[in-house]
Amino acid sequence: MIFIHLFTEFFKIGAFSFGGGMPMLPLIFQSVSNFGLMSSQDFADLVALSQVTPGPIAVNAATFVGYNYAGIPGALVATTGVCLPAFVIMMLVMKFLDKFKSSRVIEGALSGIRPVTIGLIGAAGAFVADSVLVKGELFSQQLFTGFAGYINIVPCAIFVATLVLAGKFKMSPILVCIIMGVTGALLCG
Amino acid sequence: MKNKKTGQQNIYLELFWEFFKIGMFTIGGGMAMLPLIQQLVVDKGWLDEEESVDCVAISQALPGIIAINGATYVGRRIAGFGGALLATLGSVLPSFIIIIAAATLLENISGSGIIAGVFMGIKAAVCALMVLTAIRLGKNVLRDPVMWFLAIMAFVLIVFFDVAAVITIILGGLIGVIYQVFWKNRRAEG
Repeated sequence: MIFIHLFTEFFKIGAFSFGGGMPMLPLIFQSVSNFGLMSSQDFADLVALSQVTPGPIAVNAATFVGYNYAGIPGALVATTGVCLPAFVIMMLVMKFLDKFKSSRVIEGALSGIRPVTIGLIGAAGAFVADSVLVKGELFSQQLFTGFAGYINIVPCAIFVATLVLAGKFKMSPILVCIIMGVTGALLCG
Repeated sequence: MKNKKTGQQNIYLELFWEFFKIGMFTIGGGMAMLPLIQQLVVDKGWLDEEESVDCVAISQALPGIIAINGATYVGRRIAGFGGALLATLGSVLPSFIIIIAAATLLENISGSGIIAGVFMGIKAAVCALMVLTAIRLGKNVLRDPVMWFLAIMAFVLIVFFDVAAVITIILGGLIGVIYQVFWKNRRAEG
């Protein structure tokens, strides 16, 4: 039963993934937390891990969740589930490639899904912020009242430093992650 | 197929190995793997320049993991079903092995303050990277009020109302179809 569950959840995640790994993160978080597979703290760890390890984020996530839940067989089942939709859909689409490229309905659907993926990335950011940047809930009354007791100072400083280094100075994401990992270890280790 | 000198067996191995390397050395997810896949197929003479652009565009447009879409496209094009399977396997295997190694390692050293510190630093950084990614994509995609509405709707529904992310994707697709058809019709009439 565990295996069927892992497979169907990750199959669903794979089938509804648009625009890369980051927009998939809320899907992953919702489906694993609904079944008590993972806390928001574990989820944030998973996001961090998937950013500094190679490969597709969704594959990293599926392997990690499957392994923690049911060992190597679990990892295998979850990873197969998450990959299968892409494989099957691509095999089918290649048969009807020209129709696909000129379909107005598909074009319309994609034009609506693209902005949604931006909202999804924002939501993933909010989930991670919730577990690392603040004490308690991200969007709570404290946001306006007790600010000093609300934020975690070191992570917030790292957050701002990353915005500047990667946003303004265009430093590569992986380099920023390495630097901030070392900074985190020095300040809190 | 395209390269008649290499036997079928060799092309399978080659597909597996080339995609294994891409899976092994691209950090930052599937989107980062696409340019490498494009370069690979052009360098190898597997696809011409124009088709490689198609491959990238379709891989991004279709649902499913982007890297798997790309691997399946190239693999099938070069060596049919077996090629698609091996290219996909090659692109997934490095992540699979590395994550299991990392998860095992984390189990054994969890509780270490240094590791907790490292993770805290990376998490805070990743959070900022997500904000930057949303802004960068937003500049390209959010060109009219409807697009803004869809992005904000997805965020609000998920974060504040705990609506399933899948629902927001389906809603976005439906609204996109209605909007596109309506807008095109109106433009055709006017």
